[in-house]
Amino acid sequence: MSWTSKIRRVGRMAEPATPTPTNPANTVEPPTGVTGSLQLRHVDCGSCNGCELEIAGAFSAVYDAEQFGVRVVASPRHADGLIATGVVTRNMHQPLLNTLNSIPQPRVVIAVGDCAVDGGAFAGGYAVVGSVADVIPVDVRVPGCPPSPAEIIAALRTVTGR
Amino acid sequence: MSAMSVMSVVATLLQVVAVLVGAPLVVGGMRQVRARLEGRAGGGVGQPWRDLRKQLRKQQITPLGTTVVFALAPAVVAGTTLLIAAILPLISLGSPLDPAADLFGVVGLLFLGTVALTLAGLDTGTAFGGMGSSREITIAALVEPTILLAVFALSVPGQSANLAAIVAAAADNPGQLVSPGSLLAFVALAIVIIAETGRLPVDNPSTHLELTMIHEAMVLEYAGPRLALVEWASAMRLTVLLGLMANLFLPWGIAGADPSPLGILIGFVVISLKILVLAGALAAGEVFIAKLRYFRVPELLAGSFLLALLAVTASYFFATPTN
Repeated sequence: MSWTSKIRRVGRMAEPATPTPTNPANTVEPPTGVTGSLQLRHVDCGSCNGCELEIAGAFSAVYDAEQFGVRVVASPRHADGLIATGVVTRNMHQPLLNTLNSIPQPRVVIAVGDCAVDGGAFAGGYAVVGSVADVIPVDVRVPGCPPSPAEIIAALRTVTGR
Repeated sequence: MSAMSVMSVVATLLQVVAVLVGAPLVVGGMRQVRARLEGRAGGGVGQPWRDLRKQLRKQQITPLGTTVVFALAPAVVAGTTLLIAAILPLISLGSPLDPAADLFGVVGLLFLGTVALTLAGLDTGTAFGGMGSSREITIAALVEPTILLAVFALSVPGQSANLAAIVAAAADNPGQLVSPGSLLAFVALAIVIIAETGRLPVDNPSTHLELTMIHEAMVLEYAGPRLALVEWASAMRLTVLLGLMANLFLPWGIAGADPSPLGILIGFVVISLKILVLAGALAAGEVFIAKLRYFRVPELLAGSFLLALLAVTASYFFATPTN
């Protein structure tokens, strides 16, 4: 099957978007006041890579987080937000702080997964400093082990407002 | 005389404003075409504008140890690109800057912007910045002579290196557009424009992998308004180069040297359509190709240089007599 006929047959893979979250109680003000644009820098603080798979799923063709203006970027300097996964291990403590300090103000911090939110199964381990919230201020929490791409996107949309 | 020059000033101003406003929309449109072909919904045509507006409101960061080179590079890139946008014959032929609309001047301005960014990449002192600069300058060194040669081949029939004269000569004598020299020059120019603007297969504009980056690697340290300026400038470079390509090979619908208001309007609509069609075709073509391994890129560019050389030779041998 040629690529062109494949493109025609597949058509649009992305699922139709649900309505934009508008309830101010569980939305976060976009960092700069511009809705529909959020660049994220991802830091794996010591994750099992389950959350990474789900984040990759959120940016895949089916969920397509890009349609809500979210993008993962290569440099913390280009980012407006930090998306942190996993429990903060001693080795990743300083890199996490360095990354956060490299992100220009104003910025948001999003903790994805039970480990990042409260330490999950690894809470209290000897190699562990704590959850992400123990180390840096967290604005948005996405619980779940791992959270589904739909849950991650719902949380991202509370920030982009789109 | 004064009335004529007023209209050509209006045409040039419109051209600059249209490039300023339209360039992010061109990039957004290209991303949207790509997203739809990949089965995604896409962020919409306005996404680059939203990103730019947001970056302009963010904190300016000057990394420790960087100098004035880092601070000024975005302004140099944007400034040279705006100057190119003002002197190219996009909407009308008679730009007030027409004496500067020389092919060598335009290529020099392009290269000045490229060099400013590569120096800024070195100035940050980071590993990826230096690596990106090294790659960018390798590609630029192969691209600039090819652009010169290709447009030189096109300048043979018009017997002038002035871009407006080249476009006017092609419009007067459309038969020469399908001559071997012109066709070879078209292919050579298409390849170098893809390389110069960092599109596939030379560079992947949407990559997240630092090791495969070329253009992006140089600008990793930019943040906030300066990053916005760099991205805006790279969108404008793409737009003006597509516009140059369109008018060199489809020299119709361009307003004359002393344009009427209607001529300016027609010129604006026609060049917008040409750029949109070219950008759409480029984005659609990118879906089907993968990035070339970096060490294969010089082979592609050497090939395009050869085509440009053949184009110059052919345009001397098969030159159709003008006048």
